[in-house]
Amino acid sequence: MSTGLRYKSKLATPGEPDDIDKQYVGFATLPNQVHRKSVKKGFDFTLMVAGESGLGKSTLVHSLFLTDLYKDRKLLSAEERINQTVEILKHTVDIEEKGVKLKLTIVDTPGFGDAVNNSECWKPITDYVDQQFEQYFRDESGLNRKNIQDNRVHCCLYFISPFGHGLRPVDVGFMKALHEKVNIVPLIAKADCLVPSEIRKLKERIREEIDKFGIHVYQFPECDSDEDEDFKQQDRELKESAPFAVIGSNTVVEAKGQRVRGRLYPWGIVEVENQAHCDFVKLRNMLIRTHMHDLKDVTCDVHYENYRAHCIQQMTSKLTQDSRMESPIPILPLPTPDAETEKLIRMKDEELRRMQEMLQKMKQQMQDQ
Amino acid sequence: MDERQSPSPCSSRPSSPRTPPCEMLGSVGIEAVLDQLRIKAMKTGFEFNIMVVGQSGLGKSTMVNTLFKSKVWQSSLPSLELPMPQTLELHSMTHVIEEKGLKLKLTVTDTPGFGDQINNDKCWDPVLSYINQQYEQYLQEELLITRQRHIPDTRVHCCVYFVPPTGHCLRPLDIEFLQRLCRTVNVVPVIARADSLTIEERNAFRSRIQENLKTYCIDVYPQKCFDEDINDRLLNSKIREQIPFAVVGADREHLVNGRCVLGRKTKWGIIEVENMAHCEFLLLRDLLIRSHLQDLKDITHNIHYENYRVLRLNESHQLPRGPGCVNLAPASPGQLICPGPGKVRRRANKDSKEDEG
Repeated sequence: MSTGLRYKSKLATPGEPDDIDKQYVGFATLPNQVHRKSVKKGFDFTLMVAGESGLGKSTLVHSLFLTDLYKDRKLLSAEERINQTVEILKHTVDIEEKGVKLKLTIVDTPGFGDAVNNSECWKPITDYVDQQFEQYFRDESGLNRKNIQDNRVHCCLYFISPFGHGLRPVDVGFMKALHEKVNIVPLIAKADCLVPSEIRKLKERIREEIDKFGIHVYQFPECDSDEDEDFKQQDRELKESAPFAVIGSNTVVEAKGQRVRGRLYPWGIVEVENQAHCDFVKLRNMLIRTHMHDLKDVTCDVHYENYRAHCIQQMTSKLTQDSRMESPIPILPLPTPDAETEKLIRMKDEELRRMQEMLQKMKQQMQDQ
Repeated sequence: MDERQSPSPCSSRPSSPRTPPCEMLGSVGIEAVLDQLRIKAMKTGFEFNIMVVGQSGLGKSTMVNTLFKSKVWQSSLPSLELPMPQTLELHSMTHVIEEKGLKLKLTVTDTPGFGDQINNDKCWDPVLSYINQQYEQYLQEELLITRQRHIPDTRVHCCVYFVPPTGHCLRPLDIEFLQRLCRTVNVVPVIARADSLTIEERNAFRSRIQENLKTYCIDVYPQKCFDEDINDRLLNSKIREQIPFAVVGADREHLVNGRCVLGRKTKWGIIEVENMAHCEFLLLRDLLIRSHLQDLKDITHNIHYENYRVLRLNESHQLPRGPGCVNLAPASPGQLICPGPGKVRRRANKDSKEDEG
């Protein structure tokens, strides 16, 4: 009961401590406890960026997280680009802000869409995403689950070129290959070369084509009906501006006496954080401030579960082919199973089967009654 | 302008030793020839054939409209109902533009679908075969016994190649295309949609492109080897330093400081197309229209076309014998690129050819 006094809660009113103590349980403080624990543990987030080269991907990542992950990057020359294949590069950085730690992993995909012949250029990327799922699956089914590292890709920012009239065949191919595996957030890159009417038309066009090709991009969750009007309005605006038209910048320029992150042109200054200029702020808020956790949840609950179900189905169909007993817990073919672990696994198998049979018997008994 | 009197073709043009001018004892009136030429030119008018190549959305149609200050080209948006074209199709449209009594017959050839597919291998073949087709057509006309007084010229005089403003360097597709096309036609590369690059990025991009062009021996217009004299060389080297031009196209007008200018209006300012501080559109326009239009035509006729002609005549192993016409064997697939899958709409002059046959 003393917990009710330690953490201030809305229910406690001064002047009637005894009565409140009797009625008040005190679990309204749970969110604070969760908060403290997560702050201690820290968060991790894996973001993938994909798109043709020259669309400003690294600049945008720099602007979003205000860290230069690409300090030592060397741009490939034209000769090197001719023979390049799609690579997967991971950069990890630990960011801390107001005591909250974030382990951010950026997965880059240089070489995507750059060759003359780009058939199946998304295959290395789908293989990578599947590999991370498989790794997590193994870890989850393993015996020591204390320190599972979650390397699954939580979100993929896909950069659409602003110069096209909508989606290109490569864009459609990529999104269709990955929409069931990862949360895709399409973006219109380098939006400072478009005037407002062009941006509007392009967004409409992209939305139509996404519907037409049946691509499932990341959907923002519906906000609860008891949220306040402001929040609902924000949520509506967010949904209406998808796909976001973004601009990134590595430089800080002076505009109207203030130092802002932007791009200096002879005809004016584009401010990255000005909502009237581009949707960068909306993207940043969505990605980091409001929807980061939802992205992780959807990855765990939807994409990973799909993968897991698919995997188990494949394995059980193989098992029945080998005419072994079906086990409720999928046994992964461990690379080097030693005799003791196998015995242990078999014992647990038997136990579980016995428990299942008991449950069946109990159910039948209840039905008979 | 009488094209049959053009100087001899192919490689180097040796300058004949000039005879010293003799002293004039009075005014004869030779300069009146210039007036006669001008009157004749006004009557017959000029022809100019330009081809624009580049990925969709790089502003090719807008650029053509901006260059010729008229809605020469309706930019065609691919509609949702029709599937994206699987092969490259070339479309040509001809317009007659008039300025101060002078008529210009302008033909613009567009290449929708270039570089847009997932697999862009050999996407340059339809373009090359179109260009060679035009040369072939001209050649056939030239070889007739009774030729037309003025052979209609559909040969591509200039190919403007739009490089997307990635800011890095030339892409493999750009290099493949430019290498092949510079040998057959005058190519002017431009940095398209340059309003997405700041001035520093633009200059860095330009110098990288120039390096790439040098590394891959891509000879863009104005070609160094065709400079006739020191004046040409000076003028052209200034242009060569600035190739590729960073251009922005616009067909809408806005009010800036009381003047009506062509430009693009954004929330942070108006990009004026004809302002040298904003983009290099004026340089492109001057090159293509005001200063080098005739030169483009001359080089196409004297060099590219003659190269093609020599190739074809050597192939057929039959050199012209006297007044008879030459029956050229069909082009073998090894030497030249046969007219490929590209569908082209062109004016058919087949009737006259089949009579002579």
